[in-house]
Amino acid sequence: MADEPLRDEVSTERGVDRLTEDPVAPVVDAMAAEESEQDIEQEVMTINMGPHHPATHGVLRLIVTLRGEQVLDLKPVVGYLHTGIEKSCEDKSYWKVIPFVERMDYLSYFFNMEAFCGCVERLLELEIPDRAKYLRVLHLELNRIMSHLVWLGTSALDLGAVSLLWYCFRQRDNILDLFEMSAGQRMHTRYFQVGGVFEDIPVGFEAKVRQFCGEMPRRIDQFEALLDRNEIFLRRTKGVGIVSRERLLELGVTGPLLRAAGEPWDLRKATEYLSYPDFDFKIPVGTVGDGYDRYRVRLQEMRESVRIIEQAIDGLPEGPWIADDRKVVLPPRDELSTSMEALIHHFKLVTEGFRVPPGELYYSIEGPRGELGCFVLADGSSKPARVHFRDPSFVNLQAFRDMSVGGYIADLIQNLAMLDPILGGVDR
Amino acid sequence: MEIERRSLGSLEQPKNAEEFRAKQLKARDMLLGDLEGRDLEQYVEERVMTTTLERALNWGRANSLFPMTFGLACCAIEMISMVTARYDISRFGSEAFRASPRQADMIILSGRVATKMAPVVRRVYDQMLEPRWVIAMGACSSSGGMFANYAVVQGADKFMPVDVHIPGCPPRAESLLHGFNKLQRLVQGRPDLGWRQRYNAIGTEEWARGETKPTPEALERAAKAVENA
Amino acid sequence: MPDAPGLELIAESINEVRDGTVVETSFEHDRAALIVDPEGVTDALRWLRETEGQSYTFLSSLHAADYLPATPRFAVHYELLCRDRVERIRVKALLDDPAAGNGSDALPELPSCVELFPTAEFQEREAYDFFGIVFRGHPDLRRILMPEDYVGWPQRRDFPIGGEPVLYTHNEVEAPRWFE
Repeated sequence: MADEPLRDEVSTERGVDRLTEDPVAPVVDAMAAEESEQDIEQEVMTINMGPHHPATHGVLRLIVTLRGEQVLDLKPVVGYLHTGIEKSCEDKSYWKVIPFVERMDYLSYFFNMEAFCGCVERLLELEIPDRAKYLRVLHLELNRIMSHLVWLGTSALDLGAVSLLWYCFRQRDNILDLFEMSAGQRMHTRYFQVGGVFEDIPVGFEAKVRQFCGEMPRRIDQFEALLDRNEIFLRRTKGVGIVSRERLLELGVTGPLLRAAGEPWDLRKATEYLSYPDFDFKIPVGTVGDGYDRYRVRLQEMRESVRIIEQAIDGLPEGPWIADDRKVVLPPRDELSTSMEALIHHFKLVTEGFRVPPGELYYSIEGPRGELGCFVLADGSSKPARVHFRDPSFVNLQAFRDMSVGGYIADLIQNLAMLDPILGGVDR
Repeated sequence: MEIERRSLGSLEQPKNAEEFRAKQLKARDMLLGDLEGRDLEQYVEERVMTTTLERALNWGRANSLFPMTFGLACCAIEMISMVTARYDISRFGSEAFRASPRQADMIILSGRVATKMAPVVRRVYDQMLEPRWVIAMGACSSSGGMFANYAVVQGADKFMPVDVHIPGCPPRAESLLHGFNKLQRLVQGRPDLGWRQRYNAIGTEEWARGETKPTPEALERAAKAVENA
Repeated sequence: MPDAPGLELIAESINEVRDGTVVETSFEHDRAALIVDPEGVTDALRWLRETEGQSYTFLSSLHAADYLPATPRFAVHYELLCRDRVERIRVKALLDDPAAGNGSDALPELPSCVELFPTAEFQEREAYDFFGIVFRGHPDLRRILMPEDYVGWPQRRDFPIGGEPVLYTHNEVEAPRWFE
């Protein structure tokens, strides 16, 4: 009786969405039909965990084939948040593309901006000043901590540790206050521009960052104290969702998932971009690759990010915060009233935008979920001809099937939480 | 028959020691069952509020709106931060976000509605029980936002009725709370018409849609609602 | 990144495996690119993955681009990464549009690389969804981000961007009020 399957009074096939012609359903129907003669315990069901579901972290639709509560097969159906951002970008000048690409992976907006701006800067062969590099790294690491905090809050909520949501979002609000100080808006700040950052940090920002760095490690200790040796959390995450390192590499998975499986691959260390070589930080690497390791890797990454932020704010060099090239970067406003050339540059940049010589480039950085790559095809005009983002959540989602098949539905929820998909990035 | 309305007394705090003593004695008499006649009527009237059933129900509905968890995109993160401690929404009565449409009063469309998702949203909305309200949070669900392309529905009110639109990309959590408060006033029957009310500008809208201007009766109704508010 | 002479050597070696595979090499912005004939894509990728000195075992990204009005019109880019030496190389397969000029519905085709790089499964589906490029041998080639019954290839350059015009005073139109 312990294996009494989850059964509905109605037919075995429940809730498969017939709005679109689903190629999975006929196959599984046949399978279910021939198995219905067998013992009742072995009925196979196809269930639709639809786009609207409290546990799917966004609008992810899963078509799950179950025997009892065991997952036999899993097909993610995505596209419910497809916004056509890549197509819209072809219609806008490079400057205007930045708010568009920001909204793809909506928790790591600074990373999206960095991938795009970095790509365009390399196409233009434009060097950005050191202060801009440090400021960019500062905001990127703050964003990484913020993304991991949201992940921790929502994952703990999925697993039942509801109070962590409040604690994590309290810290997240502190980080958003910092973003509001430097950029004016809490989310989607449009702070990075091609050539540097939009504006210098205000007075008082440094003090607040130091205060944040002072209190954050203690908070992470508190989060760990709640979950690290919690029996329920351990039982749910230990040994669950293990995929071998080689299989993860075959599937193109990067980021904390790969590092939890034991592969020390991090683009911040492997490729040197921005000012990461100046900082001393470690890459946390797990051993087994189960849910517990992924949790530990992300928490440790938060600590390392705090260290990077401290080093960045300590070593922040003086100087301009955006490049000098007037053909690409807006002149400062005080020059507009004195210099004719500045006025003309400003006019051309705002109305038409800067032109990028023809070329194509793929540039990738380490986002909170893995390798975030941007491909820009420039055709010499002021609008990009193709912008494509290699989003880590899209590629990591291919590992979801490997992680969940053979486990229970509850493990599926836990795997999804630890996978950390952001559907804005998956669907773009 | 003449009906005379007299107000016997109102519940005020006692100002000095004698009034307080008098109040104490009245309370003692009430407990003993010794309060009679006019004293008894005054006592009761001080403590009873009369209203219509509709107003009472609306008050109840407005102060316990349970939203449905319908986070679509970036606005969902701001919606979650509205739920959390700093911009607490449960102080306005939305203690729990219900995941099932059968149990929710209101749906907050937070995020861009893709064309693939629109039938799903409509279906979930249809499953909700009356009375139900919709808040379109953010620019994308109000009007398509910055995404004027093939993949985003240009405004959720193309396929479902929306009560409150909240601008912003994403709107701050305080903006969302302001919109939520407006919805509460709407539910209670005292719609907040905003600047049109403050600057006496009802009926001055330029309608881009030809002869679908509001009828004079509708204008009168709006003016009356403003007076009663 | 392999430098320019190294790139030429790679091109020659691949052409020894299957003649005429590498059509051109290019080296710009510090990145090496091999332009290959579409039918030989899997051979080139296999050579790059399995040869001792190369071992580009990680496919970072597979994406397509539309070069209208240039011909050949489509290109499928394979961004390969060798994690040991941290080197990237790009393999570009140029495809003509078989429907150009004759109004047919034919779609460009090339072999799929899912056996070599399982990560390509979703990414090839995305290229099919948005450009109509068919990958022969893909286990499950159907639309991934657009609805399954959508007609049209959205990210082609000649596909309209869609959306509605914003109403100003000069272009105000009467929109039907659906609830009446």
